Amino acid sequence: MADHTVTSEVVFRIRRFDPTTDADPHWEDYRFPCPPGMTVLEGLKQIKESLSPTLAWRSSCRMGVCGSCGMFINGRPRLACNTQVSELESSLITVAPLPNFNIIRDLVPDLTPMFKAHAEMQPYIIRDDTREQQQPTGEYWQSPHQLEQYLQFSYCIKCGCCMAACPTCATDPVYAGPMPLSQAHRYSSDSRDGGFAARKQVLSGERGPWRCHFAGECSRVCPKGVDPARAIQLMKRQLVVDYLKLGKQKCPASIAKVPDGVKRREGIPEAPPRTI
Amino acid sequence: MRDQRLWTWHIGAGAVILVLLGLHMTVMHLDAIVRVFNPAPGEPVDWANVVARGKSVFFLVTYVLLLGTALFHGFYGLRNILFELNPGAPAKKAMNGLFLVAGLVLFAIGTWAAWAGFTVARSA
Amino acid sequence: MIENKGRPNRLGVKGWLGGGRWGFERYLYALHRLTGLALLAYFVLHIGVTSSRAFGENAWTSAMGAVKGPLFSVGEFLVFAAFAFHAVNGIRLALVELGFAIGQPIEPVYPYRTSVDEQRPLAIGVMILAAILAIVGGIGFLK
Repeated sequence: MADHTVTSEVVFRIRRFDPTTDADPHWEDYRFPCPPGMTVLEGLKQIKESLSPTLAWRSSCRMGVCGSCGMFINGRPRLACNTQVSELESSLITVAPLPNFNIIRDLVPDLTPMFKAHAEMQPYIIRDDTREQQQPTGEYWQSPHQLEQYLQFSYCIKCGCCMAACPTCATDPVYAGPMPLSQAHRYSSDSRDGGFAARKQVLSGERGPWRCHFAGECSRVCPKGVDPARAIQLMKRQLVVDYLKLGKQKCPASIAKVPDGVKRREGIPEAPPRTI
Repeated sequence: MRDQRLWTWHIGAGAVILVLLGLHMTVMHLDAIVRVFNPAPGEPVDWANVVARGKSVFFLVTYVLLLGTALFHGFYGLRNILFELNPGAPAKKAMNGLFLVAGLVLFAIGTWAAWAGFTVARSA
Repeated sequence: MIENKGRPNRLGVKGWLGGGRWGFERYLYALHRLTGLALLAYFVLHIGVTSSRAFGENAWTSAMGAVKGPLFSVGEFLVFAAFAFHAVNGIRLALVELGFAIGQPIEPVYPYRTSVDEQRPLAIGVMILAAILAIVGGIGFLK
């Protein structure tokens, strides 16, 4: 695979498992010519079209946005659509389902436990002003610096690569895992949110960040640069500060109201009509 | 709540151990450089030096403090590793009890030995 | 717990060790566990042996005599090396896990620079320190 500009033979070694006929997963090899620029996902499609029509996997957007095609490719959890065959620097491509999740079939992992943990973290803005939430009268204040505190973590596409890489997830189903924890921190570190106390009910216990020992794998494999390890360490700091009562109580951001009795400067167009 | 509390103390205990065990290692293994804790000639573990340190209230207090923090730090770490093997709720409960009892028994033995050693050294 | 579909595929304890394509911090994590277990085992024995001090000079001298010899010297050196590693790596972990030395959240721009990269100089620094400590301490054991 030295020259990436010509078509060359590759072997896809795929972990196959059909629950209706197989007791255990097994490896199967598929050999075909790989044109330059082919992704692993396109390779799988090629196999399904011409070599093995029963091959099953999950994918959708084919451009690293939907988070469906997380797979264990050449010893690392990656997105199949985001991985060029040529970047693997090998003519043998091994593709297995994401570890630490049950296998439903072939390359399809069961992500349900991860999404259940995600839901437990209450991944949404929690505030007391129910009326304002239902009938908004304005935006909440947020400075660019406050935005930066959580923006990185909001890029998560829930592909499960971090969960497959995490050493604690390799044995412990109780630990919530990097994705749910980083998403809990995404909301806890949002200046508009007041839900830290509600999330603490889960985070201070066994499902919380305490089983993270900073092996750093989640951040290394994340295809979106979300850096779950950073979120989890910052979350631990927040929880320790809370336990030692060192921090100040923070109020969630207030509404940015249009000031009364101020004349609008000329030449500035009116805001578009409200959509909500 | 429990893990938030225990983990915070785990880190705190680690910091205490770092200072006290650092001192212990300095006394026992850097004796060629730092002689002050070992007035008698010979090895730091020779009886004369053990008695010289054993007379000191400072060493008595730091030994007991190091004993307690190290036992907590060590058993919490072991509990963490075993819990990550997902042994199930009843086994976890049993381990919690077992480590608590083991820690307290070892602390009692060590504290008794430190105190008895202190009185032996005082009378020597 | 939620009902599990499909065939279990957790990596198990060998997933703790990683290997192959995993990173530097993964090995430090595994070694931190291993040295921690070793130190705890030594510590429990150490409490037992040094408690002989309570029974006076003869008991102490015979207890010290029982743990002399080249085999124990090598064992003690290994314990000291484990201590050196666990202590300095522990400093790194305490800093990192309390959110220091991992950098501030940033807009991720490819190639991503993660918290793991941010603390890498610290990780390398403490490993050098651990090696120096183990060598300096080791001279005393092996003489």
